[in-house]
Amino acid sequence: MTRTGSFYAQLAVTALIGAFLIVPVILSVVAGLTVNFFQGLKSGLTLRWIGEVWSLYSGTVYLSLLVAFACLGATLLLGVPAAYVLAKRQSRWTRLVEELLMLPVAVPGLATALALILLYGGFREFRTSWHFILVGHVLFTLPFMVRAVLAVLTSIDLATLEEGASSLGASFAQRFFGIVLPNCRSGILAGALMVVTLSIGEFNMTWMLHTPLTKTLPVGFADSYASMRIEIGSAYTIVFFFMIVPLLLLVQRFARLGALDRQ
Amino acid sequence: MRRRENLLLLLLMAPAAAAFAAFWLLPMARLAAVAGSGPLGIAAYAAILTNPRYFASLVATILLSAGVTGATLLLAGVAGVFLARNYFPGRSLLLALLTFPLAFPGVVVGFMVIMLAGRQGFIGDIVFRLSGSRLVFAYSMTGLFMGYLYFSIPRVILTVIAGAEKLDAALEEAARSLGAGRWRIVRDVIIPGLRPALISSGAICFATSMGAFGTAFTLATNIDVLPMTIYTEFTLNANFAMAASLSLVLGFITWLVLALARSAAGSGVAAAA
Repeated sequence: MTRTGSFYAQLAVTALIGAFLIVPVILSVVAGLTVNFFQGLKSGLTLRWIGEVWSLYSGTVYLSLLVAFACLGATLLLGVPAAYVLAKRQSRWTRLVEELLMLPVAVPGLATALALILLYGGFREFRTSWHFILVGHVLFTLPFMVRAVLAVLTSIDLATLEEGASSLGASFAQRFFGIVLPNCRSGILAGALMVVTLSIGEFNMTWMLHTPLTKTLPVGFADSYASMRIEIGSAYTIVFFFMIVPLLLLVQRFARLGALDRQ
Repeated sequence: MRRRENLLLLLLMAPAAAAFAAFWLLPMARLAAVAGSGPLGIAAYAAILTNPRYFASLVATILLSAGVTGATLLLAGVAGVFLARNYFPGRSLLLALLTFPLAFPGVVVGFMVIMLAGRQGFIGDIVFRLSGSRLVFAYSMTGLFMGYLYFSIPRVILTVIAGAEKLDAALEEAARSLGAGRWRIVRDVIIPGLRPALISSGAICFATSMGAFGTAFTLATNIDVLPMTIYTEFTLNANFAMAASLSLVLGFITWLVLALARSAAGSGVAAAA
């Protein structure tokens, strides 16, 4: 195929969009490693800012990981059984339940956060613990787990598999753990990656739900962007890139495996 | 047998249902009650239309979100169709660059705009070298527009690529053999074929922009977009009733847009962060 002018025009548009997205990422990596960003690279490279970020904000990294994995546990316990029920009984009622569970994603996080504060803000113990943030994250990520698992369960012939098992005498629990869970493994994995990634990056709710003692990573970002020099904000952002790149690589690898599965 | 199974299924649904009722439905009911409990009473729900400041904020947010949605669909549409049909060296790298920002929180997106257009930003630097004057627009509506574009493009590109891969090449072939020009094919074959993908990703883009708080929080100290207005009412003015009613109206708008898009485009429309 010969490349036409139209090919190069489209390539240029695509490359420009890529530059728009990636140039600031590169700049912030450079800024976070430069002695003085205003003077530029000639001022020299340093790890000093990363060190400062770590001493100021390492707590936010740990808290974000804690919340993300607790959130993953909760969405697995709540979401996988719920998805199974939704896949098995497709009626007006289960459709309604599915709709309702999606609402915390359709409605801005700010609204959900205000609602939680107005109802539960008075319970001081709860309000000031990280569980308060966890609740918001679970509401927001649960639909993604449910959808990922549901997508797999509705694409396989669940009824036949279960019928076969139960005609051989398998109980409900044996079917659930022996047939259903192994079959929706890929959905659970996809959902889990999504839940962890979303939880680590959640800000809209978390900013309202956090307290000075419960700051997550994005809350720390807002804090450092507003009050610290640009090198520190940048170094902090590098820490974030380090955390999400492995997650994104896993997602991509997994998507490729999923594509191979389907072929 | 069947009744026993129904009971077991109900038990499996119970934890999610209980958590959802306790931590979303009840709090939302409380939010609705608080919204009507201020000095305005039920009229607080209409304040977004009757109060000039809130109304201006609503109009600005809608215009911004609509503009971002249009620009994103155009840019991501071109790039998405291009990447779906052309294989060339560096394609997968380009695709990785275009989707890397998917996982960025809104605050980080705001910081990316500061990197591009802030006081020490890249664009300002280039303009300074060319003209001798500094250009800083990160903290204006333009900066906000850029930030929303930044987080919208990756999502829409992925949906467009998925949609474009399903297009039937034979239709284009037929149009071409019947003498249709390139623009005609784009208008009458490609865009109608991508319609569901464009509607669903456009709706998500619009709804996300309407409710985006992180980016606005980083950049828009002086710009009244709706989420910032709500935040100010709640934290600075302690006007809980007004913050509650405004956020319910905002939530209703984003929910409605997504629901309409889903009925227009078929299933698969779900909002994202």
